Amino acid sequence: MLLISCPNCGSRDETEFHYGGQAHVAYPENPNALNDREWAEFLFYRDNTKGAFAERWLHSTGCRQWFNMLRDTVTYEIQAIYPMGTARPDAAPPAPESGTASTAPDSTTTGTAAPSIAATSIATSSAPASTTAPEGATK
Amino acid sequence: MADLLPEHPDFLWRNPEPKSSYDAVIVGGGGHGLATAYFLAKNHGMTNIAVLEKGWLAGGNMARNTTIIRSNYLWDESAAIYEHALKLWEVLPEELEYDFLFSQRGVMNLAHTLGDVRESMRRVGANKLNGVDAEWLDPQQVKELCPILNISDNIRYPVMGATYQPRAGIAKHDHVAWAFARKCDELGVDIIQNCEVTGFVKDGNRVVGVKTNQGTINTEKVGLCAAGHSSVLAEMAGFRLPIQSHPLQALVSELHEPVHPTVVMSNHVHVYVSQAHKGELVMGAGVDSYNGYGQRGSFHVIEHQMAAAVELFPIFARAHVLRTWGGIVDTTLDASPIVGTTPVENMFVNCGWGTGGFKGTPAAGLTFAHTIATGTPHELNKPFALERFETGALIDEHGAAAVAH
Repeated sequence: MLLISCPNCGSRDETEFHYGGQAHVAYPENPNALNDREWAEFLFYRDNTKGAFAERWLHSTGCRQWFNMLRDTVTYEIQAIYPMGTARPDAAPPAPESGTASTAPDSTTTGTAAPSIAATSIATSSAPASTTAPEGATK
Repeated sequence: MADLLPEHPDFLWRNPEPKSSYDAVIVGGGGHGLATAYFLAKNHGMTNIAVLEKGWLAGGNMARNTTIIRSNYLWDESAAIYEHALKLWEVLPEELEYDFLFSQRGVMNLAHTLGDVRESMRRVGANKLNGVDAEWLDPQQVKELCPILNISDNIRYPVMGATYQPRAGIAKHDHVAWAFARKCDELGVDIIQNCEVTGFVKDGNRVVGVKTNQGTINTEKVGLCAAGHSSVLAEMAGFRLPIQSHPLQALVSELHEPVHPTVVMSNHVHVYVSQAHKGELVMGAGVDSYNGYGQRGSFHVIEHQMAAAVELFPIFARAHVLRTWGGIVDTTLDASPIVGTTPVENMFVNCGWGTGGFKGTPAAGLTFAHTIATGTPHELNKPFALERFETGALIDEHGAAAVAH
């Protein structure tokens, strides 16, 4: 069960939401101009990304509002939640592997922790309500 | 001192190093990949071929499915390919010289609404016209065939009848894979495990090699049999597939005395259950709504499925769940597979079997091998071409497939 942070209602169980598939797929500006191949692309072809994926969700039993989410399709970690109509934020940096902990001088970690777990809390500045799935992030 | 461990039983296949080149390479060592290699060798004399498996043999969906085999699909194209698969299932134990316990105990698809009843009766009629064994059962006949089913009116969705296919059943999935693997090996096919494909070598628009973590392998032809990871491979090769990958979960109970003589599926309340030879109740749950590659899903999907199971089978209330797991299924929008050529020359794809690929294993192998060997599709898989998404000739099997495919 994902714990999803609705921009309007706060953290709620996944069962309150409906999935809306890939985000940022615009209706063709001039459908009549499309050939069969292009129309098939619009109707049937969606990205099936392994990794960070921008997708739409509807808080159907709450505020009934749509929003976008950037989620990792392998770990199921929710990396960012952002409004419809805004651009996709950059993917959160991948979880640091051993020996590659952040060396950024403006690291927000306190410095008391072991270096190997530093930088796990970095969120992109354009991700106002990023959250983490409770059972995710095993990878 | 403890006794020495017993000798390992005979290995069913070699574990060869990859050669520098093959006539054909199959990507994916699950049921479909192994069946394809088997039919390439047996029917087309192509024995200088390899099956590449990124993990261990048959450790993906072949290890995770609920082993249901049936052919009662609505449309002519589907009935033809699935019925051909069922006919192959009936002869394969002898042909592969391996008894994988194919048990034709019948499959019931329950109807719980008037809409279900009409759709089910229509499907029985269509099945009969296509030579697929099918009959309509009223609730009393349902009860006679499966006494533990609750057919009372006093439940949320009473059983209003069922379609029944007597020749359908279950088989031991691991043994099916091992049976194919052993025969492939005997015919000279190299099965290479722990060999992950990382890219393709192309000459213009023609594939000429496969890059792997064990080096580059030259090949004249490539067949993709990677189920949930088909999109990832297609992207490496430079084309797209109309596939969405979802987690699909299943579970087993602890062992019980035989209580469940057949296979019962209900699309409406969503459960499908059989009892394995060993005694576990094997149940399938639903797909998670979101795209996922994590081979696990959300627990509320399991809860939903268990609620349906306990209402239909009250005696299951005291059974304990032993294990739940997930696999990654490659779904298409018309719930039918894609078997055929791709935009890349000499590269072929077998995918989109979604939630129901196990039953199709022999027909997928037969038709995909034909497609790879001859460069053109077999009669049975011609309608399942990638081009149907452009022509609009979709094969809408949501009714017969749903998630309980």
